[in-house]
Amino acid sequence: MNALLEIEDVFVSFGVRGKGLTGKRGSIDAVSGVSLNIEQGKTYGIVGESGSGKTTLAQAVTGLHHASEGSIRYRGQELRDLPEAKFRPLRSEIVMMFQDPIGSLSPRLTIRSLITEPFRIQGMKDRDLDAEASRLLKMVGLPQEFANRYPYQISGGQARRVGVARALALEPKLLIADEPTAGLDVSVQGEMLNLLARLQDELGLAIMIITHNLNVVRHITDTVGIMYLGKLVEEGPTEEVFANPQHPYTLALLAANPEPDPDAKLMRIELKGEPPSILQRPSGCEFHNRCPFVQANCHQDVPQWSNSELGGAHRCHYPQIWKNNQVV
Amino acid sequence: MPDLLQSEVLPETSDNVLDIRDLSINYGTPRGELQALRHVSMSIGKKKIVGIVGESGCGKSTLISAIIRLMASNATVQSGEILFKDQDLLGLKEKQMRALRGIDISMVFQDPMQTHNPVLTIGRQMVDIQYRDKLSKANKKKRAAGMLALVGIPDPEARLNQYPYEFSGGMRQRIAIAMALMAKPDLLIADEPTTALDATLEVQIIKRLEELQDEIGCSILFISHHLGVIAELCDEVVVMYAGEVIEQGSVRDVFHNPAHPYTAALLKCDPGHIKEKTRNLPTIPGEVPDLVDLPSGCIYQQRCTKGFARCQSERPAFRQINGSHGVACHLTETDLSKETSQQNEEGITS
Ligand SMILES: Nc1ncnc2c1ncn2[C@@H]1O[C@H](COP(=O)(O)OP(=O)(O)O)[C@@H](O)[C@H]1O
Ligand SMILES: [Mg+2]
Repeated sequence: MNALLEIEDVFVSFGVRGKGLTGKRGSIDAVSGVSLNIEQGKTYGIVGESGSGKTTLAQAVTGLHHASEGSIRYRGQELRDLPEAKFRPLRSEIVMMFQDPIGSLSPRLTIRSLITEPFRIQGMKDRDLDAEASRLLKMVGLPQEFANRYPYQISGGQARRVGVARALALEPKLLIADEPTAGLDVSVQGEMLNLLARLQDELGLAIMIITHNLNVVRHITDTVGIMYLGKLVEEGPTEEVFANPQHPYTLALLAANPEPDPDAKLMRIELKGEPPSILQRPSGCEFHNRCPFVQANCHQDVPQWSNSELGGAHRCHYPQIWKNNQVV
Repeated sequence: MPDLLQSEVLPETSDNVLDIRDLSINYGTPRGELQALRHVSMSIGKKKIVGIVGESGCGKSTLISAIIRLMASNATVQSGEILFKDQDLLGLKEKQMRALRGIDISMVFQDPMQTHNPVLTIGRQMVDIQYRDKLSKANKKKRAAGMLALVGIPDPEARLNQYPYEFSGGMRQRIAIAMALMAKPDLLIADEPTTALDATLEVQIIKRLEELQDEIGCSILFISHHLGVIAELCDEVVVMYAGEVIEQGSVRDVFHNPAHPYTAALLKCDPGHIKEKTRNLPTIPGEVPDLVDLPSGCIYQQRCTKGFARCQSERPAFRQINGSHGVACHLTETDLSKETSQQNEEGITS
């Protein structure tokens, strides 16, 4: 059986004015050959730092960006180059959740209007909007009287719930959540992730969750893909990636959220320098200039995908090099 | 001579760089007075790194704005004093304060653009802050370049001629730290300096801060809602909730034996703590109280699972439980105290 969403060797390019001496127009690949599958009812986490191309990839799936190469298939149907008229009906099935639902929407609308707006946008005039609002509030665990409130009258955590309600109004099959917990306090972050997990179980949703914090995806995803400079560098079953990271970049991300214990043995990995610009992709392994474990051939040889025994795959010449090395 | 006389009359001058005593600050709002800080006391020893943790809205930024005396126009100090090297900052004239700010007390903000002037080169700005030093301009430039190198900016001499926008976010924040430390301040205040940065850049910033603090020997007040970073960087920690200090002590005491149910709950929620896979993460149910319409009794009572009658009627006083570890909770005054420090499971659903 096919996966719900199949992304195959996708590139998304943007034209830029050449930086260097020539001043020529060139193009950069914000997403540079990504392949991944999302199964129905499953959750896929894409993890990477700002500028790694996560959001661009998500926008290519929702048709907000044009993929210059590759294939994006939803239930077997090619989305790339799909004319807007044909894309429209799919917009109730593939939904992107707002990162900041309150900040990005009109403060003059009540919560009722905000969460039922998707029905109006899709021209579903026959719906009983009050009943829908009540159903949606219940679904995300907000009290009914919130329907009459205004955005400024609710807390940050509640606002995220409103965002979830709005995204799920049209009963999508695939929810794309871009940094759903960014800016939330830890006590509220858990609520948000629990809510997504519960709704997934109840509604059989597939979720693509995008985050820079690997710990956010630990509990609710089935699969994670680690993205660096527009490419995946490691992918695997979530538990496997956490237990046995292969790529040094994955290790660095895992170590980035230290345990709140002054005596914990810290394995903080300090990456060298800055993330390179995609205008000038490094040669060989594109992570080589930041890798604490870099070896001579990493400078020239491009690592290909290799599979590890337990279902994961990675692109590193020296997987788990830290295990046989004193560098840490 | 008067100096000598005074030191005999005054109680012993403290070893602290900063002593905040009983500080209360309100904001005037259309709904009424918002009591953002209530009876806050804390101190920072020489060469110590003290962390303040607490969720958004608990008053961290308000506290800092009071220390550096850059308060919002609707803020009023209701009580208290802020002693910096034994003089009350709240009593200083704006001119005196300006002489301290950026020199004896310097700041790093969450958004480094708040520190940098966008229309001046980094080099110019770094030379300007040294206006009090009697060095030649060339030497000041050299010092600036050295400082940039210290925070890991490659090719520092050439970089001095660039403008803030020509640097990445991580670099800008490191430059902000370099600038804040140029003047060799006694106290560096960092308000969530890594919150806007990616995790791997956060590691870099923390490492640089540790190194520089060691070298310059200043004290640091480090504000964060990230418990792991506080545990890694700080000697002591102050836990704030809804405008009050509810617990403080050495990082080890507070993180290993949290005495306040809120601290325990917060630690439980930290994703760094939750290793086993679960679809039901711990949370702290309920909401922060309305600071315009405060409940009587303990500020945390509505969310506390260990509360009893007294918590609703009486505000718990802050008391030491051992050494420097203190807490504001009625539980620690009763027989329940032993139980709480062993369980650490209060106020959490999981
Ligand atoms: N200028 C202001 N006017 C009114 N209320 C304010 C103002 N600044 C902050 N507050 C309120 O004071 C409380 C403490 O805020 P703040 O010090 O910014 O907390 P933190 O930095 O811990 O997030 C919050 O309830 C906030 O909404
Ligand atoms: Mg703040």
